[in-house]
Amino acid sequence: MPSFDTIIIGAGPNGLAAAHRLATRGAKVLVLEAAETPGGGAGLSHLSYNLDPRVEKAMNLSAHGLEWQATNLATTALSPDGNHLRLEGPVGARLSGDLSDADRLAWEALRARLLRFAAVLAPLNQMPPPRIAKGAGNPMLRLGMIGLRARMLGAADFRELGRILLTNVHDLLDDELSDPRLKGALAFDATLGGWLGPQTPNSVLPWLVRLSGQMAGLQGALGLPKGGMAALGTAMARAAEAQGVTLRCAARVARIIVEGERVHGVALVGGEELRAPRVVSSVAPKTTLLGLIGPRHLDAGLTTRARHQKARGGAAKLRLTLRGLPDFQGANPQDRLLIAASEHAVEAAFNPVKYGRTPDAPVMEILLPTAHEPALGGKHWLSAIVQFAPYAPPDPDAARAEMLAACRRQLEAHAPGIGALAESAEILMPYDIEDRFGLPGGQWHAGELSVEQMLFLRPLPGIAQYKGPVQGLWLASAGCHPGGGVSGSAGWNAALAMEADG
Amino acid sequence: MTPLRHYETPLLKTPFHPRTEAANRLWSWGNWGGYTTALSFDDLAMEHAAIRNTATVYDLCPMVKYRVEGPEAAEYLNRLTIRNAAKLSVGGVQYTAWVNDAGHLLDDGTLFRLTENRYRLCCQERHLPWLLDSAHGFDVAIAEETEEVAALALQGPTSAEVLRLAGFDIDGLKPFRLAEFAFGAGRLMISRTGFTGDLGYELWTTPDQALALWDRLFEAGRLHGLRPIGSEALNIARLEAGFIITRYDFTPADICVREDRLRSPVEMGMCWLIDWDKGHFTGKAALSRQRDLGAEWSFVGLEIDGNIPAEGAILYHDRKAEVGVVTGACWSPVLKKNIALAQIRTRHATGANIWAEIYALRELHYEKLMMRARVVDRPFFTPARRRATPPGRF
Repeated sequence: MPSFDTIIIGAGPNGLAAAHRLATRGAKVLVLEAAETPGGGAGLSHLSYNLDPRVEKAMNLSAHGLEWQATNLATTALSPDGNHLRLEGPVGARLSGDLSDADRLAWEALRARLLRFAAVLAPLNQMPPPRIAKGAGNPMLRLGMIGLRARMLGAADFRELGRILLTNVHDLLDDELSDPRLKGALAFDATLGGWLGPQTPNSVLPWLVRLSGQMAGLQGALGLPKGGMAALGTAMARAAEAQGVTLRCAARVARIIVEGERVHGVALVGGEELRAPRVVSSVAPKTTLLGLIGPRHLDAGLTTRARHQKARGGAAKLRLTLRGLPDFQGANPQDRLLIAASEHAVEAAFNPVKYGRTPDAPVMEILLPTAHEPALGGKHWLSAIVQFAPYAPPDPDAARAEMLAACRRQLEAHAPGIGALAESAEILMPYDIEDRFGLPGGQWHAGELSVEQMLFLRPLPGIAQYKGPVQGLWLASAGCHPGGGVSGSAGWNAALAMEADG
Repeated sequence: MTPLRHYETPLLKTPFHPRTEAANRLWSWGNWGGYTTALSFDDLAMEHAAIRNTATVYDLCPMVKYRVEGPEAAEYLNRLTIRNAAKLSVGGVQYTAWVNDAGHLLDDGTLFRLTENRYRLCCQERHLPWLLDSAHGFDVAIAEETEEVAALALQGPTSAEVLRLAGFDIDGLKPFRLAEFAFGAGRLMISRTGFTGDLGYELWTTPDQALALWDRLFEAGRLHGLRPIGSEALNIARLEAGFIITRYDFTPADICVREDRLRSPVEMGMCWLIDWDKGHFTGKAALSRQRDLGAEWSFVGLEIDGNIPAEGAILYHDRKAEVGVVTGACWSPVLKKNIALAQIRTRHATGANIWAEIYALRELHYEKLMMRARVVDRPFFTPARRRATPPGRF
């Protein structure tokens, strides 16, 4: 058994990005993955919208098998009567369909403004979050540049950024737009993966974070890898292995070994112990602290803050196996399809979930992978991210059945006959996602990406700069700054922080 | 529904109230943790003299008490407190303290190990939320039991004799140990502990036995000078013993508003309590950092010239630079000295050229006195009888 100086828990995008960066600097890295294959949360998502350009470049993913099926996927906002609205180009650069000129002009202006604002914030993704503590060694120059760029937007834009930063998506859209399909599609995107509805205060900022991402240099564009997002995880794993990282799958970490108040490695389920002076957890911080480290190695106040960290998942993952390609009333099956009739439909889907119930008419993002890459035997399948689903309903099995039935009703309404095509249907509720992917609460960002859990508050005050509360422990999860998606940013930032720490 | 009438009784009465009320000739009452507490019964000087010469009874009921019980009670307490609770044997008592993540003191108190898995934690302030939060991840149950316990402090040179006469064999009981006795229809626990620095005991029973206990003690102590004392006499005794009181000598971190008023065990002279080798405990990282870098503040005992108590006096170096503050002071009747406890900047903790600025109120006018203060060892007063086992027959 070779010895390692770094053990990374989790072969998701962040774990692999950190592993690669550390290995290029000479570290002997072992990555442990609980699942049978690497990729982690990448396999949960549909599309790439915020892959960190530093990660993509350094890991040279195209040399490790990553190919793009589409790098600028269009979105169709579905209407049950076939009167769809198509958003082409990044974040609906062009709109086709039946839409008033007033809405076209208003959206053009609003879209440009949102992308400008998001671009100002984008550099934050590539740096450790500033801390408020004295002598935190904040990169004042880079922070100053962000402030300066925000100010250089001009007085009107700067004021507008201040006005909308903490407001809600519903009001923002309602002020400018009137078309319910457009508002519904945008409200859906803004709340995707969060525990909030369009009317929830502070829902604009997480949307700006999402819009700060890019695909092949195009801000806000959506990318679809060949073979799906899992292929992105696979390519990252190959890149890491090519760099000398040892990857071990089907190795679930039971706990992090802490002795004499420092980390000494990990113990696997089954009892095997693996020793290393540095352990990097790309598992959600809440799980890392409360589950893998454990309260007795942590201060009581920190433990309480970790317990109180908000990690509520509101998204479910639906998969249908179909005998043929469904027809969504003429919509292009290669598009990303959205069922979100209006901003109110999104809000209405969130309302029951707050009280542990399932919505009657869930909203969803649909992908038909076999429309891009035909499967053997002419089979088709449909994948959907469905919002909103309760993360802790009183009866999980009943809620799962209700949710599936509601999804099938929604699909049937938008693609009549799809029910007859379906051979099998499976839905992963947030609690299933928690079990399968280790995300607390089934939260897609490994901890809600909400204003009160961003920057120096992410994952928790005092440990926001990737250095864990126990000597030798580092946090490199989507639950850390800058958050989720399949970006690798948190892992990369964490690796940089480890280098800076020496 | 229970009608909400608590506002009619802003101060509760302890189980001993029928007796303390009858004995309180001065009708001098104060508020201790929401309970009606005697400040003085008839004569402060006589009450203090009884602590040091005969025996005294002090109603301890308002002291906050928590039951800590479960298979992991020792592990829990070791993570909660700075001292090693696992080393405390069953039947033992230890003085301890606990801090927040930043190492700032929340409270100090006494920890009783009643059985292998059951402890009682006694303290000045209420901490249930902190204790419950700290219990996450431990197989332990925490409950406040302040109202389930009636407690008396029996302190003074003749206290052991009073207990013997009351029928309790405490000859083998060493300091910081406890023993159980049958009493009436219930039980009585006697611990050799106290807050006077003298020979003394604390007696713990259930509220239904409270008055019977009081009567039994006073019957037994009739010829041994037993008298009830109030908080004022106890305060003088505790200052002589060099003991601190939360909120008087430091502000607990959970209610402290000003960042520069937070104090750690290192700064309060409690370093000796900290077990650095027992494993992790809350605040350990912060405390070891402070230990290595040096603490800005220290806590010291002072002897001050003159006979005017220096309560609240500001301390100066060379009569000019402000370097600290007196947190508790009195004229010690036993030592015939003017003593004080003080927070002082560490670089002056050796005590050279320290002066106390005392304002003496004389017939409505303050007279400002600048008196020399000398740092001395605590306790100021610690008689050999305090530790003698078996205790002497005074």
